[in-house]
Parts: sequence; structure tokens; C-alpha cells
Amino acid sequence: MNDDHQHQHPPSPMALRVKALETVLTERGIVDPQAVDAVLDLYEHQVGPRNGAQVVARAWTDPAYRARLREDATAAIGEMGFLGMQGEHMVAVENTPTVHNVVVCTLCSCYPWSVLGLPPAWYKSHAYRSRVVMEPRAVLREFGVDLPEDVEVRVWDSTAEVRYLVVPQRPAGTDGLDEPALANLVTRDSMVGTAVLPDAGSAA
Amino acid sequence: MNGIHDMGGMHGFGAVDPTDSEPWHDHWESRVFALTLAASRHLRSNLDRGRFQLETLPPDAYLRGYFERWFARLIDQAEDAGFIDAASRAAIDHGTPVPARTKDREPLPAEALVHVAATGRPTARDIGTAPVFAVGEAVRARNLHPAGHTRLPGYVRGKAGEVIGYRGAHVFPDSHAALEGEDPRHLYAVRFSAAALWGNAAPPGDSVTLDLFEPYLEAAA
Repeated sequence: MNDDHQHQHPPSPMALRVKALETVLTERGIVDPQAVDAVLDLYEHQVGPRNGAQVVARAWTDPAYRARLREDATAAIGEMGFLGMQGEHMVAVENTPTVHNVVVCTLCSCYPWSVLGLPPAWYKSHAYRSRVVMEPRAVLREFGVDLPEDVEVRVWDSTAEVRYLVVPQRPAGTDGLDEPALANLVTRDSMVGTAVLPDAGSAA
Repeated sequence: MNGIHDMGGMHGFGAVDPTDSEPWHDHWESRVFALTLAASRHLRSNLDRGRFQLETLPPDAYLRGYFERWFARLIDQAEDAGFIDAASRAAIDHGTPVPARTKDREPLPAEALVHVAATGRPTARDIGTAPVFAVGEAVRARNLHPAGHTRLPGYVRGKAGEVIGYRGAHVFPDSHAALEGEDPRHLYAVRFSAAALWGNAAPPGDSVTLDLFEPYLEAAA
């Protein structure tokens, strides 16, 4: 975010407080402002859901990779260079025609930063955290996902340092696509389990 | 602790807004996020203690918002570590500049912080004991109510489930948050049927799986 944005409105009370704290922490040598900028650049421009999408696309196209991802997701994701903070220990869970997986952290907001980037605000919301474990189908309907009764819903509550990646089902009609083209179809929400990828050519 | 953070199964928070889909709403939120990471070297805290420091905020402060509570924690940590005094804290609360201070530490340089973020801090540890529970075994989450930090949510306490995976031994948050060392323990993926957790109105076949440490579990009778 640039300076123009900050100057469009008078700073909010929170913005003033944060600035005052940042100034003290900088003067005392607790933080290096360049480190603050660098870590923001990392999560705003380098680490994001494109990482996870590449893992998913490879799992769709490479059966040996898919087997490794199932067996040891940390190693398989590590092969692609996508381990990192809040993604040190990974488990991949696969959606099938009969199983739908969805991920939450009821106790805080644990999320696989190194494969999906920083979590969207809704993932951290009290509504999502409180409800997904008890009424996942109702929450998924709020995302436009209406699962048939015969699909089993598996909720994963990230209560320790294991982070979950949902491998969505490969959309129908994508047989001719290569790995990069497939990765472009994979959305962040589909890898959390709050979206289902539409079939190719459908208007959904 | 039985705090406001333990939200699984609570009512009253309304609908989820899927359009609220960015990591932050305002520039200051991103600064709080990055400041927290950048300051971590000097804050006398750790991942687990940091979570506990959020949980022990007054409930109204906790509920004010995600980065509001991160800010509340950061200012608490800065005071706890002696970087600001009560007068400075009051000035910061008013959003007014604090008189200049002398630099007395070396901050984590940008390259070092980016390296930590890009490589992570694995919590898996080798320990000399064998896991007590086997995959496929029926277990029960103990009915524990520690006042300190724990990663055993209230909604599974006393409930029976099945071990579906072994995750290795990991730093035990309950000890680590109390600054009592890493105290690694075995960690298991435990699956609970939705009906066991929420009653028979829950769809049969649906389930919730949690990663639970060995001290949270007992064999199901």
C-alpha cells in the first residue's frame, strides 16, 4: 500500500497508535524498518496461493507426485520449495466424489502461509471459527457450495503445528490442459475447502 | 484456559462473509503483522506464548478484531520486555509521539527475518519414547480444564474418537507457552464423528479431525 492511500483520509486512531509504537520499537532497535517492509513484500508479492495451486496441478497430472503428497506432504511440498513459516509440517487431504474436506482453526487462525499466503479475513472471523466444526454444510452454503447429503464432510481443526492443504477435485473438461493452465484454475478457497472448482466451460 | 478464543461450537457470531477475503482491511493492520514478526527476537515470547498472550486479553479486547488484538499483544509484550514504560504506553494509546529513545538493541535484519519466514521453524522433535496410542485405536479426549495455554478445544473434551494418524513428536504448547521448555510430546490426528460431538441430529458420516497431544488423550474404555 502506498503513501497516497494513507493521505486520502485522516489517519484513524489505530493507525496513529501503530505508528507511535513502530517509532518507539524502531528507535530502541527492537525492529528494523527494512525488515518490516521486507516481510510484507514477501507475503504481499511472493508467497501466496499460487504456490498451493502448483502443488495441486502437479498432483492432478503426476500420479507419482500425488502418491508422495499423500504419503508425506511435507516432503512433497518441500520438493517444490514451498515450505516455510506456518507451513513447516503439511498434510494434504483430497476431495473425491464422496468426500469433501474443509479446514479451520477454532482456537486461533492457523493457516498454511507458505502454500496459501496469509489467511483471508473471513478465515479469521469469529463466525467461521465457531461454526465450521458444528455446521460445516451451512457455512459452505454461505460460500455457494451446496453438498449432497451423500457426500461425507470432513472438517480439519488445525489445533497443532500441522497445516492442511485441500486438494480439490480436478474439474471435468480439463483433460487437454497442461500443468500451468491447470494451476490457473485452482483457487485459494478450493484449497481451504470452501469452494468447489467449476467444470470447464460451465458458467458457475 | 477456558477463554473466549475457544470458539468451536459457539453460537451468536452470525453469517460468514466470503467477500471479506483479503488478509487485511487497512495499512496499519499489515504494519502490526510485520512488526510482530520483526520484533519477535526481543519479545521474551514464542509461538505458543504469543497465542496465550492473545487468549489472556480481556474478552472485549479479544473480540475487537484480529489485528486489534495483535496490536494489544504487541504493546503488552513491549511493556513486558521493558521497551516502553507506562507513560509511553499511555502516549501510544493516544496516538501521540513518544520522546525519542536510545537504541540499545540490534534488531533482526531484513535478510534474517525473510530467511526465517521462508524456511520456518519446525516443531517436530525426536524423543526417546514410543507413542502410547496406535492408529485405529479408540481414544477419549480427557476432560481437562487447565488455566494455562492448551490446544485441547472445549468442544472435544470428554468425547470419544479414533486415532487416524500419528504426526510425530512436537513441541508441547502447554509447556512452551509457560516458558517451561519445549517438552515435546507425541501428536496424533484424532477423528470424532459429528454425532459424537454435536448429537444425533448431525449428519451421519460427517466428522471433525483434530491434532491432539498425547497428554490430552486416554484409551477409550
